[in-house]
Amino acid sequence: MLFLPVFFFDYSSSVSILCPLFSIMTQALFFQYLFAGISYGVIYAIVAIGFNIIYNTTGIINFAQGEFVMLGGMISISLLHFFPLPVAIVLAVVITMLVGAMIEIVFIRWLDSPSVLRMIIITIGLSILIREVALHIWGESIRSLPYFVGNELTTVAFGPVRISPQVFWVVGVCGITVVGLSLFFKLTSVGREMRACSANRTAAILCGINTRNMVTLSFMLSAGIGALAGCVMSPITYTQYDSGTSLAIKGFTVAILGGLGNSMGAVAAGILLGIIEAYSVAFVPLAFQDAISITILLIILFVKPHGIFGSSDAARLKEF
Amino acid sequence: MRDSKLLKIALLIVLVIGVQELTTVTDTQYYLTQLTMSAYYALLVIGLAVVMGYAGQISLGHAGFFAIGGYLSAALTTHNLVALQANPVIHGLGSLGMLVSGQDIYGEQLLVVAPWAACIFAVLMAAIIALVIGIPVLKLKGHYLAMATLGFGIIIYRIGLATEYFGEADGISEVPGFTLLPAIGSFGPISVSGDFGLRVENYYVAWGLLVIGLWLLLNLIDSRVGRALRAIHGSEEAAEAVGIDTAGFKLKVFVLSAVYAAFAGVFLTHYNGGIGPSEASVMKSVRYVALVAVGGMANVWGTLIMGVGLTFLSLRGVFGSYDDAVFGAILIVVMLFAPDGILSMNVKALFAGRRTTDEHEAKNA
Repeated sequence: MLFLPVFFFDYSSSVSILCPLFSIMTQALFFQYLFAGISYGVIYAIVAIGFNIIYNTTGIINFAQGEFVMLGGMISISLLHFFPLPVAIVLAVVITMLVGAMIEIVFIRWLDSPSVLRMIIITIGLSILIREVALHIWGESIRSLPYFVGNELTTVAFGPVRISPQVFWVVGVCGITVVGLSLFFKLTSVGREMRACSANRTAAILCGINTRNMVTLSFMLSAGIGALAGCVMSPITYTQYDSGTSLAIKGFTVAILGGLGNSMGAVAAGILLGIIEAYSVAFVPLAFQDAISITILLIILFVKPHGIFGSSDAARLKEF
Repeated sequence: MRDSKLLKIALLIVLVIGVQELTTVTDTQYYLTQLTMSAYYALLVIGLAVVMGYAGQISLGHAGFFAIGGYLSAALTTHNLVALQANPVIHGLGSLGMLVSGQDIYGEQLLVVAPWAACIFAVLMAAIIALVIGIPVLKLKGHYLAMATLGFGIIIYRIGLATEYFGEADGISEVPGFTLLPAIGSFGPISVSGDFGLRVENYYVAWGLLVIGLWLLLNLIDSRVGRALRAIHGSEEAAEAVGIDTAGFKLKVFVLSAVYAAFAGVFLTHYNGGIGPSEASVMKSVRYVALVAVGGMANVWGTLIMGVGLTFLSLRGVFGSYDDAVFGAILIVVMLFAPDGILSMNVKALFAGRRTTDEHEAKNA
């Protein structure tokens, strides 16, 4: 968590950013921060959507969500020795989906309406186990995928603003994922069945929907998109065995901020949090980066637990 | 009921003395070090057991309270105040006897807060923070409560890691011993420190503290408060309907457990002679939750046994590099197969339970 670099685009100019120039925030710098914030924000949004998918079908918050992101990054980095980049990423996503399915089948599927406390503890235990397995496989070293296009010095210039092409990859892939997911939930019959399952589980069973399979599917989906996010962000944020924890907390913050279960809210909230974090670097020491999102999380939980985009009436009906 | 409680405590005391004698006889006194540390961790864990088991509130931030106790006590008793001597506040503390002066190893004058004053301050701070945090946090339930307490723990961890006063990543070392009783006649001073010669005394101090803490908690559970807590755990709405001040009780127990954690932090820090940021890490909090879960949630005795046993094994390095993984696995296995704890596990009932579950499913389908 400590090593998460905040400035990833264009190291040549990031040196000048890190110099004590915070008092004079030029227009160019303003946009640099903005784009940094947006690219982090969409990643948080993807993690939040992962939380939402599982929450919607099961009412569980999967505390191991951040570990899926880490797994995606790590597996793709390892596979890169054998396959070209696109294949490695696809395989990593598929493998992580299988891991997600396996976790659901082994640990969750056969439990009969477990209490929330029990599920929290089980998923926390799972996140520790996945992290420890990753530690024993990949060690403590910090790894990363290569930049998809160019290298860390490649930039696209918009006047004085210079942006790494990877930022576009992150935003693009995450954007396509969000649109693809909403189409999947709206148009396909499996997507509709999953939504039915979240709307009313008993009614879904009566309609002949196999709700247990839907739950497994939701774990696979959320593991898959988590892994995809882990792959596209790896070149700029790096991947380490324990990088999942802070992502999970930020993702959860975003999920709450956007209203639990609301994917479009998550996107908006993710970008908001990303931008707040990016600008906060000017005012708060780097070591307190995580503390900012946690403080926001605590404030939201205390003041408006149904999120800024959620409705309080809907929240009252949900089981926490 | 009352007799059996006292009998169990008496048995525990006999056991504690017996173990100490046994290590003397078998010349394995090195075990006492880890047993002492285990006792302090167990003190925290039994406090948490009442919050989780009786009040039904999960807390993933108890390492934070432990760290508040340990860090404050360590910082106050090591940071030199000589430069601030002229400050009226410092001067006032000095005239109240709350400061001790001495010389450091280079012969420089040293003025630090006395351990007992630091201890009181640290525990008070933990209680106040628990109160301030607890009022909004305990209104939350389930996932939200878990995340909020987790967030609190991470903030404490970050503060320890990023503040120069708390030693950043290195933590605070060379914390002086905490003299509980001065020397009276031939009876030597009792001091909480890592001093090799004081190992046996420290063992008794730790276990004495744990037994007192345990006795207080058991009395609490058997009292009106305990019954109210169990009612809250059963159904908060029902408890409220019969006139129980649910928010008030939850808060009181939360603060009490924070005080236990802070005491454990203070004593263990003086015993170890230092504290580092890892004591405040999320993994520590999760570990405490694991110990409570494996002990059986609403089972202080079970938690005590598991807390001491597993912590002792972990401190002895039995789990090697799989230490964290073992606790993760414990969490999962206990919650899957024995949500009421290992000690109250009934294998037959487990399988019977599965069967009725299947029937239930069949009926539903």
